[in-house]
Amino acid sequence: MILSVKGIEFSYSSRTILDKVGFSVQKGEFLSILGNNGAGKSTLLKTLNRILLPKKGNILLDNQEVSKLSRLAIALKMAYVSQHYESNRQTVFDAVLLGRKPHIKWEATASDLALVQEILAKTGLKEFALRYLDELSGGELQKVIIARALAQEPEVLLLDEPTSNLDLRNQIEVLRTIHNAAKEKNIAVVAVMHDLNLALRFSDKFLLLQNTKVFAAGGSEVMTAENISQAYGVPVRVERVQNQIVVIPS
Amino acid sequence: MVGNETVTDGGVIHYLRYTWKKKLILLGLLVMTAVLALYAICAGSAELSPWQVLLTLFGQTEGQSQIIIWSIRLPRVLAAMVAGIGLAVAGAVMQNILRNPLASPSTLGIAQGAAFGAALAIIGLGAGSTPSTGGGALLINNPYIVTIFAFVAAMLTTMIILFLAQYKGVSPESMVLAGVALGSLFSAATMLLQYFTNDVNVAAIVFWTFGDIGRASWGELGIMSCVVFSSLLFFLFNRWNYNALDSGAETAKGLGVNVEKTRQWGMFFASLITATVVSFLGIVAFIGLVAPHLVKRLIGGDNRFLIPASGVMGALLLLAADTLARRIIAPVVLPVGAVTSFLGAPLFLYLLVRGSKLG
Repeated sequence: MILSVKGIEFSYSSRTILDKVGFSVQKGEFLSILGNNGAGKSTLLKTLNRILLPKKGNILLDNQEVSKLSRLAIALKMAYVSQHYESNRQTVFDAVLLGRKPHIKWEATASDLALVQEILAKTGLKEFALRYLDELSGGELQKVIIARALAQEPEVLLLDEPTSNLDLRNQIEVLRTIHNAAKEKNIAVVAVMHDLNLALRFSDKFLLLQNTKVFAAGGSEVMTAENISQAYGVPVRVERVQNQIVVIPS
Repeated sequence: MVGNETVTDGGVIHYLRYTWKKKLILLGLLVMTAVLALYAICAGSAELSPWQVLLTLFGQTEGQSQIIIWSIRLPRVLAAMVAGIGLAVAGAVMQNILRNPLASPSTLGIAQGAAFGAALAIIGLGAGSTPSTGGGALLINNPYIVTIFAFVAAMLTTMIILFLAQYKGVSPESMVLAGVALGSLFSAATMLLQYFTNDVNVAAIVFWTFGDIGRASWGELGIMSCVVFSSLLFFLFNRWNYNALDSGAETAKGLGVNVEKTRQWGMFFASLITATVVSFLGIVAFIGLVAPHLVKRLIGGDNRFLIPASGVMGALLLLAADTLARRIIAPVVLPVGAVTSFLGAPLFLYLLVRGSKLG
């Protein structure tokens, strides 16, 4: 297990956000965290790389306690893509090069630059390399942020709603890029997802959160009409269309 | 495969060419500063030729020009450059870690704190004011006490700011507001001190607050250089951390940056520079604000280039302001603080209105 999480508890003053949440992922697996707004999805993701400090529980990253690792040691193994990111006056190349930050001692080396170029090509950003972030569309910007996380060469990739603000085509493109990178480089992906059908299409594992607790966890077998209806509080049907599981609110 | 590699290299070469442009601009700024420095050493009531100056600097001449250069003009020119570098890099780093384009040595209350300390020493301890070009009529009992008091008060202001940030949870974005509040508090305290003292002391305080590069002799220059260059080294060492902070605190944490430590130490060194420069030279406004913004518009916000280029720009601006202050109605020397504001404010407004962002 590259990442194993047990009994995480987190609260803002008296309000409990996470109650005994646990799960685990292996290298190369794509896990989607699902649930209604306020279920604790983003908070869970932030406790994983210690942006937020959980009150109780253990997080083991490659068999090491995350709470005992330095920020740099965490960053060398785990990348985090926030839901909010800022577009400022820097080029796409520079933004992606920043992903090499944990690996850079004094200055970026030729191999850092070559890796950035390789990732730009893979994410379809090659011709944008010297464009400024504040001149990009939402979809292009999202790709840049994900390219930066890939440049970090993590073993675990944490994504907070990677496809919010994207159109249908970009949703598929971005998730396919992440999915392929995960398989190719053997990266474990933990993503907070809103779109159930996209999650079903790209994930290997699912973690359904409901009201601070884990409602169900496992492979596609947990994604039943009953589980989803109860976790989201909306009646749904689950059907198979062209060999693809699809959730339809009824 | 071979074709693929060429494409890859092509992209990297484009990027390297793009960074080379920034290095060229940095080099250009350095050359301009060097030329201006040479002019500043030549110009004065005793005109010297650049050749004479160069010969003297390399120890090839004796006599009057040697004294003028080594004991009057060179320390002044170097002090302007060192103080300019210090104030500008302090401003650049403060703007980054506080995430506020208005952050600068003069907007965080540190300079006002120093002025209050100086006023307290002049009135409370009768320390008087430092002598300087054009200010010979004023009493000077103990310039060191004034400097030390100014420094302590400036560092005290810094400690208050750091305390507010660390223990009272004031967000970096609102630190400038806290700084403005502290600044006006100290200004009011200085005003009260002035109200209840005699006219000689008031003159001494007012004179002290006018920034004056001529106050620095070799000894002060040495201390100032140590502080400025060790802080600059610290900032350069952290340039990637500052770049990460530019993308937001959460992203920076995800990239392995210890955000709190980076902010605290950055603020500490930036304030140390400000306190040192202000207590030796008096208040020199605007350099810390204008220089980083000018450079951002020339070469962008990448701290790998922004920090060194801001330093050079600061040196260039303060040296230009001081040379102008010495020459414009010579032999009267204007207070350099007034000149920097006079030149800085319109330049800044022009840049804001033009709103262009290059490279």
